[in-house]
Amino acid sequence: MAPSDDKQTPPVIEVVNLVKHFGGRAVLEGVNLAIYPGETMVVMGGSGCGKSTLLRHMIGSMWPDEGQVVLFGKNLSTLEENELDAVRRRFGILFQSGALFNSMTVGENVALPLREHTDLDERTIRIITLIKLELVGLRRAENLMPSEISGGMKKRAGLARALALDPEVLFYDEPSAGLDPVTSAEIDQLMMDLSDKIGVTSVVVTHEMDSAFCIADRMAVLDHGRMISVGPREQFEALRDGEPTGDETNDLIRQFLRGDSEGPLSERRQQDDYEQNLLEVAEGYRPTSFSRE
Amino acid sequence: MNGSAQKLTAAVGGAVLGCFRYLGGMTLLLGQTFRAGWESTFVRRSRFARQSLAEQMVRVGVRSIPIVMLVQGFIGVILALQIAPPLEPWGQVGSIANIIGVAGFRMLGPIITGIVISGFAGASIAAELGTMVVSEEIEAMEAMAMNPVRFLLVPRVIATVLMMVLLTIVADLMIGIGGWVASYLAIGPEAHVGYWERMQRQVQYRDFFTGLLQAGVFGVLISIIACFEGLKVKGGAGGVGLATTMTVVYSIVAIILASCIFTIVFYRLGW
Repeated sequence: MAPSDDKQTPPVIEVVNLVKHFGGRAVLEGVNLAIYPGETMVVMGGSGCGKSTLLRHMIGSMWPDEGQVVLFGKNLSTLEENELDAVRRRFGILFQSGALFNSMTVGENVALPLREHTDLDERTIRIITLIKLELVGLRRAENLMPSEISGGMKKRAGLARALALDPEVLFYDEPSAGLDPVTSAEIDQLMMDLSDKIGVTSVVVTHEMDSAFCIADRMAVLDHGRMISVGPREQFEALRDGEPTGDETNDLIRQFLRGDSEGPLSERRQQDDYEQNLLEVAEGYRPTSFSRE
Repeated sequence: MNGSAQKLTAAVGGAVLGCFRYLGGMTLLLGQTFRAGWESTFVRRSRFARQSLAEQMVRVGVRSIPIVMLVQGFIGVILALQIAPPLEPWGQVGSIANIIGVAGFRMLGPIITGIVISGFAGASIAAELGTMVVSEEIEAMEAMAMNPVRFLLVPRVIATVLMMVLLTIVADLMIGIGGWVASYLAIGPEAHVGYWERMQRQVQYRDFFTGLLQAGVFGVLISIIACFEGLKVKGGAGGVGLATTMTVVYSIVAIILASCIFTIVFYRLGW
């Protein structure tokens, strides 16, 4: 489903001025992001840029120091535990490792949210479980334990479990990390199918560019805890395929999108106080008795 | 204040604060577990928790029966052989049964069972929960609107408490048998003839029940320490290893400390 262009519909998820510190270090510094019904938003950024932290705020497993996260029109910070659980039942999340419960079979994993949150009888639960497993191509793995299946299958099973309650929003944490190219492409295709066929709103956190360009309606780039750019995929494609503009932010995004080894990102790393650091060490150096001999 | 004194104060203060933070965190978790246990038993009945209670009872208790029997049997043997020589000059070797009865039922039964269970079940609970934290399973559970305390902690705590009490009954029996075996094989007829009658005369219901009360409390301590250590695991496999070690260490300290407090209270109350 195409994103709503007019933006008249209210966003499903709205992140407003989100600030988060860990032990005095700011991880998110005033992040703003709105995600509209039916669109696939890909949040990109290098390692440690705060994108996983942002995701954890959106699913209500971390709380902002400042600002707010609004999901389905409700400010997560102000909700009671049971209200929060009601919100949680409306979204699904695919964790990086799949996060299947290792003590249960694949089928039991998928059935768990149904057993817990619905009053359906066992037969109906089994039918829904098989439907969800077929959707991700794992119907035959129903009775296998998570330890018996591959990483890609675990992710697909995790997706089936996330889909169990027919969520309105799906969150994906690094969906293609650690997968071979074919499996990764299959997961991408699955995500696009879900978006097209069911019209589910998706939020994807990733640093895999191929996958990102494949699935995104809109993209957002997070850098050092700040949202430096949000826009439609085409805007980023143009940036990636064009020449450097001289604008630092754009060039930084361009380097990231292209995966170049040279550019503002790597310069920033080199500009660190390297010499200063070495001099400080040298200054504190006192010859030992051994070196005097 | 000079530098080293300041450092010392800071270190002591930090340690005391850390200790309170630890105990506070654990008490909060215990409170949450009681609340969740109450709710899932009486408010909304959850079949999942019950099925998992049975699983946990097998894992905590049933599998530890042979080890508890073995260890407690040996404790009975050791006790009998240790106390026989000092009793002999007084012609009181027969009192072995009385002493073993009281020491076993009141103290050694629950304490040694507690130590075995902290190594057997506590460590495995901590390792299991720690691994679940590392593999994002706990987070997934929360994101699926399932309360990990209700799903994971309640069955584990209840199972550990129940099995501690039941295993202590087995333990009491085995200490008695161990004492009898030692009396029969090594000490002589003055010890083993009328052994069970003397023990029966000596041991009162309160000896038995104070032991079981302690066992139940040890069960709470072991399971809540294991759950707390498991849930606060950070940083992969190393964290899981540390959690299992600390669970056993803290559990043993907690068991001995609690037993000491119980003994003082029982002594004062004349129980």
